[in-house]
Amino acid sequence: MATENELQYTSEHEWVLVEGTTATVGITAYAAEKLGDVVFVDLPDVGTSLANGSIVGEIESTKSVGELFAPVDGTVLEKNSAVEDTPELVNSDPLGEGWLIKIEFTELPPLLSFDEYTALLGE
Amino acid sequence: MTDRHSPLNRIHVAAGASFTDFAGWQMPVRYSSDLAEHHAVRTAAGIFDLSHMGEIFVVGPEASDALDYALAGKLSATTVGQAKYSMLLDRSGGIIDDVVVYRTGDDRFMVVANASNREVVAAELLERTSPFECEVFDESDELALIAVQGPRSREILVATDGFAIEGSHPDGRDVGEKLGELKYYRALSGSFRTQPVLIARTGYTGEDGFELYVSPDHAEELWNALTEAGTPLGLVPAGLASRDTLRLEAGMPLYGHELGTETFPVQAGLGRVVATATKGDFVGREAVEAGPAPDARTLVGLVADGKRAARADYEIFASDDSTDAIGVVTSGALSPTLGIPIAMAYVDASFATPDTVVSIDIRGKRLSYRVTSLPFYRAKKD
Repeated sequence: MATENELQYTSEHEWVLVEGTTATVGITAYAAEKLGDVVFVDLPDVGTSLANGSIVGEIESTKSVGELFAPVDGTVLEKNSAVEDTPELVNSDPLGEGWLIKIEFTELPPLLSFDEYTALLGE
Repeated sequence: MTDRHSPLNRIHVAAGASFTDFAGWQMPVRYSSDLAEHHAVRTAAGIFDLSHMGEIFVVGPEASDALDYALAGKLSATTVGQAKYSMLLDRSGGIIDDVVVYRTGDDRFMVVANASNREVVAAELLERTSPFECEVFDESDELALIAVQGPRSREILVATDGFAIEGSHPDGRDVGEKLGELKYYRALSGSFRTQPVLIARTGYTGEDGFELYVSPDHAEELWNALTEAGTPLGLVPAGLASRDTLRLEAGMPLYGHELGTETFPVQAGLGRVVATATKGDFVGREAVEAGPAPDARTLVGLVADGKRAARADYEIFASDDSTDAIGVVTSGALSPTLGIPIAMAYVDASFATPDTVVSIDIRGKRLSYRVTSLPFYRAKKD
């Protein structure tokens, strides 16, 4: 598991772990806390092509629905089926076991550093 | 509008609560997990801060007649110590607010209004009661409200040191008995240490429980005493998120969702709240007697398989391929107790029969829901 500093972020409160041409994506602890207890996660199937910025999944809590945005253009390599079976992983370990999808990408768009993301939260 | 804070704010902050804006108040939405808080209320107990609610007193020799005219119910038929669920209707028969009215004396009533409607309820009561010999006092800022809800609520109150009840033994030995005898929708005047407390067996969770009205200066002391006595019995602080899923499972309407000025009580299944047959003139009478349009929508419960919950404002259709809406969801969630999606919704009358299957547009995907009677959940009686 990467530390908060090693991850990159989007303004949609997602984190991205870049390893080669694979981006692992999840939602931040801040987003998980704002959502409340996650009770249902709907993720795109392996092989789905994703366009950066499009809505590709949903994270539902008892109170509200969060949308999962693709942070890069690419193809779904893997989805976290553990999270689909046990949605509370998103709350208990958002940056680790609560990861959502892995995307194979060719080009990485600009993402936020931890400091930039933290500054965004402070606004 | 500046954010208002509850007199219990310090406690919530110390407990690590997340806050939400509710009618201009910063109130706890959850402390740790809204699901855990929900389950605690179903199995043991939860303690809620409801100090944002409005308390408006109507006092005077003609207070009961005044309320018979101002509200939908027949308040003159209540006895001292009784609580009654009622509504403030407008002249068109729409619902300005739903309220609980406590008769705390022969000539004294406390009307508890939703936080968002406190001002309008106070203003309407003042105007409507002006021909009568009574006075209206908005005491909302002078009262905090703490609710203890769940099957172990009575035990928790009994275990809390410092309660005395009017007419009870000075050493408090019969407090438990008196609380046990207190029936649902009844209230007792009592005290906590030196402070007067109104102890009501009312709530909004579908469980047994109590609501305690106390001065804001003593709310912390009462909260802490209840928490200290209740924690070993499974009591947890519970926020507004769990309160909403609890009341939804119990099929209880929420103002602004199931109730509003565009809705007649009868559409919400609450025709019985309006005492057209047993009292004289009251505000909204003519409109209520004329009734809503024949094709007016009616409130139903909906359930589905799976985990995808329909939410407020989602449209309802007769079938997956039809595009003319026949209804709209007013509240919905994945039921923490039942594990299935539940919703309350207004549908055209021809779709209101139990077991009718309808189709709901859940963010672009259609899902079948089945009409069911309310409530979704009913507490087991011991």
